[in-house]
Amino acid sequence: MARATAREPVQDPIPIPEKISIQITVNGKATELKVAPWTTLLDALRDRLDLTGTKKGCDHGQCGACTVLVDGRRIVSCLTLAVMKDGAQIVTVEGLAKDGELHPVQQAFIDHDAFQCGYCTPGQICSAVGLLAEGKAKSADEIRELMSGNICRCGAYPNIVAAIQQAMGRS
Amino acid sequence: MTAYIGTPASRIDGRAKVTGEARYAADFNEQNLVYGAVVASTIPKGRIKHIDVSQALRVAGVLKVLTHQDRPQMAADDDAYKDDVAPEEGSPYRPLYDDKILFNGQPLALVLADDWETARFAATLVQVDYDAAPYVTDLQAQLSTAYVVPKPEKPRGDAAKAYAAAQVRHEAEYFIPTEYHNPMELFASTVHVDGAGKLTVYDKTQGVQNVQGYLSKIFAGSVQEFRVISPFVGGAFGAGLRPQYQVVLTVLGALALDRSVRLVLTRQQMYALGYRPATIERLALGANADGTLAAINHEAIAVTSQFEEFSRNDTGWSGLLYKSPNTKFVHKLVRLDVPTSSDMRAPGAATGVYALESAMDELAVALDIDPLELRLRCYSDRDQNENLPYTSKALHECYRQGADAFGWSQRNPKPRSMRDGADLVGWGMATGVWEALQMPVAARIVLTANGHAEVSCAASDIGTGTYTIVAQVAADKLGLPIENISVKLADSTLPQAPVEGGSWMAASASHAVASVADDIRDELLKLAKAVSGSPLAGAAGADVTLAGGRLVSRKDAGRAMSISDLMRHGGLDRMTKEKLNTFAQDHSHARNTHSAIYAEVKVDEQLGVIRVTRVVSAVAAGRILNPKTAGSQVMGSVVGGIGMALHEEAVYDHAFGRIMNANVAEYHMPVNADVHDIKVIFVDEPDDQVNPLGIKGVGEIGIVGVAAAIANAVYHATGKRVRDLPITLDKLKA
Repeated sequence: MARATAREPVQDPIPIPEKISIQITVNGKATELKVAPWTTLLDALRDRLDLTGTKKGCDHGQCGACTVLVDGRRIVSCLTLAVMKDGAQIVTVEGLAKDGELHPVQQAFIDHDAFQCGYCTPGQICSAVGLLAEGKAKSADEIRELMSGNICRCGAYPNIVAAIQQAMGRS
Repeated sequence: MTAYIGTPASRIDGRAKVTGEARYAADFNEQNLVYGAVVASTIPKGRIKHIDVSQALRVAGVLKVLTHQDRPQMAADDDAYKDDVAPEEGSPYRPLYDDKILFNGQPLALVLADDWETARFAATLVQVDYDAAPYVTDLQAQLSTAYVVPKPEKPRGDAAKAYAAAQVRHEAEYFIPTEYHNPMELFASTVHVDGAGKLTVYDKTQGVQNVQGYLSKIFAGSVQEFRVISPFVGGAFGAGLRPQYQVVLTVLGALALDRSVRLVLTRQQMYALGYRPATIERLALGANADGTLAAINHEAIAVTSQFEEFSRNDTGWSGLLYKSPNTKFVHKLVRLDVPTSSDMRAPGAATGVYALESAMDELAVALDIDPLELRLRCYSDRDQNENLPYTSKALHECYRQGADAFGWSQRNPKPRSMRDGADLVGWGMATGVWEALQMPVAARIVLTANGHAEVSCAASDIGTGTYTIVAQVAADKLGLPIENISVKLADSTLPQAPVEGGSWMAASASHAVASVADDIRDELLKLAKAVSGSPLAGAAGADVTLAGGRLVSRKDAGRAMSISDLMRHGGLDRMTKEKLNTFAQDHSHARNTHSAIYAEVKVDEQLGVIRVTRVVSAVAAGRILNPKTAGSQVMGSVVGGIGMALHEEAVYDHAFGRIMNANVAEYHMPVNADVHDIKVIFVDEPDDQVNPLGIKGVGEIGIVGVAAAIANAVYHATGKRVRDLPITLDKLKA
């Protein structure tokens, strides 16, 4: 079977958006990227930069699995077009550990078994790191409320709250 | 010796999961990957009159559009599409096979393009002309078509007569709507073309060998070898037991282009996969004034598709659990123009026991007996259906320890009698029951002379903790530190394992590992005996054990030889053993897990908002290999039960035969703010009869009964009994 690289050129093609060059810093690394305007930050991270730690759970901003930190704030990367973040500092779950040492939130998630399948975990952890930086949540109820944009279908919520409380104590 | 079994070891795959290193089906990248996008049916039944892909093909970057008229060859017989866990009756759905439309959301075309965005855009340009046919999607409107499916539970006595004559009666109908698993991971497959007719398939599945066998049959004519890999699975809850259509479509794409292809379904598209069937449960309980049961009548009516007959055991649990001389069970199905229903978290039990335990609560009210006391009066030490003793049944202890931890004795039995400020407080309880299943599983151990071991098996870890418990069992049986054990799972080329489901994997995989570890021990003993002047010269396999990196006499710990010395003597760098473990077929005892669930709800009296503020789940499931991961399983199941009780429902618009809330915002599921204090207790339940290690498994038991405990608590809080789930505030205020 012949390997299809591209089809024969079609008459009267429907064009797709042209790619635009953007500069983003991802996990401390300056990166130049050419992306189409319709590419989300999530898809750019996963498909273009091979940073597959950030997950797609709904593509609608409903589940939180794609949460990353942009200029220190937690956002859902599926509702963010990559071109909107030209010049931004982006931290994904891959960028939290330093020199092989886990971030206190990562370690706390392991200690408290704050996940089962692990799929929502990168989003939960980035969201928790953002939550700590916001400094708003003090009580368990406030943590629950402010972590409710991140769905965990395995139902690890009580352990997630305990992990965040542990990380709060350390930071 | 047990250094690790029974301890709360942290997950050995934990680091991979918190750093993003764990790769799921859609995470296996390669250069020049082709991306797929599905065009799905917008009608529930009919035929494709015409499908026009010309506009999609005009889009720059589109490589191909596959339809039933233009696709690589697939098998033409039903058998090829029957996976290991397909229903026995019926014809499995064949993705992209012909022009027939069997359900809304059925894939009709696959657009293949250089990137995902282009494929998605082009998919919107595919035009489908339908020949629509009349359809049915409403269970309530189709009850006259319900037909009986045979179930093994035999009736006892004359349940109708005993019910009519009973001193106290309770009869009611309960309803569980269609529910979706909604694992966080989207169903996805990445198919890598390796050349030479081999395809490597990274798939979201609970059983790599099931998918491997399924694809091998469908593509027998065109693919020499499939290898299916699924090292991490982002939740499944039963949705990944059967191969889903995206894996077939991805293979078709790879074959059509001879290139590697990825297809990730959208969340909306996942509502055209399996689901927990909407089920009507009718209970008629007859009791004597002393709180013993005279009659149990349980009828269930559940949904299946027009083309397959899926049903599970809803009613049998009622016959199993409580003493009653008269019982009758009827299980019926209604066929609708929807995808085939499927297993979801304790299939049959989650629904059937919800109804039973709600009815028992209502009976307790009618009898004016404490709900816990009623369970104790109806308690049975034998499986009532088969009249068999249990290998173990510590349900009494579940009731007691759960009640103590919850403070059940402080309950005022009167509804609306307990308050916390503006909230009405309700306390409810229920029983849970599931089966302790076990299946043949094979494992391989490769022991190296430096005291490391690699344990491998095709079993999946869907978040349940299989990696970790396999490492724990191997570490103990091989006498090595757990850090020296590496575990490989979920690759179809590894030793045999069935799908991960039914709570059978902990017991099954553990015994496979333990069994092959014994072979390693025996082989080491052979080497020991070959050494001149061996301190283990006269020993038999059972006389020695592996501990601290050494083969040691059980009688005299001074008589020992190190693994590395033995292997050096034998001239071995590594030793490999593989074995299929099977369990003795013993039908002399019933094997079940049990639980007692106590729930507290607080209900805003004016608004009707319900919060589940406390749950205690006391579980008897034999030996718990790892209380940390098992505790998470039960806790997560309780959260699933909260969703079932208060949130989850797929809402159909029958005018279109379509689900209106096919997303994770409008299909409500528990979020962090919905979940409060959950306490999990594992009751001691030694059991040397169920299997040698005494393991029963905990995946399903955690959800069974939870919805009933919450529903019963809502009644206790408000005095209002809502019998159709989910219990939402509109129903409460109606």
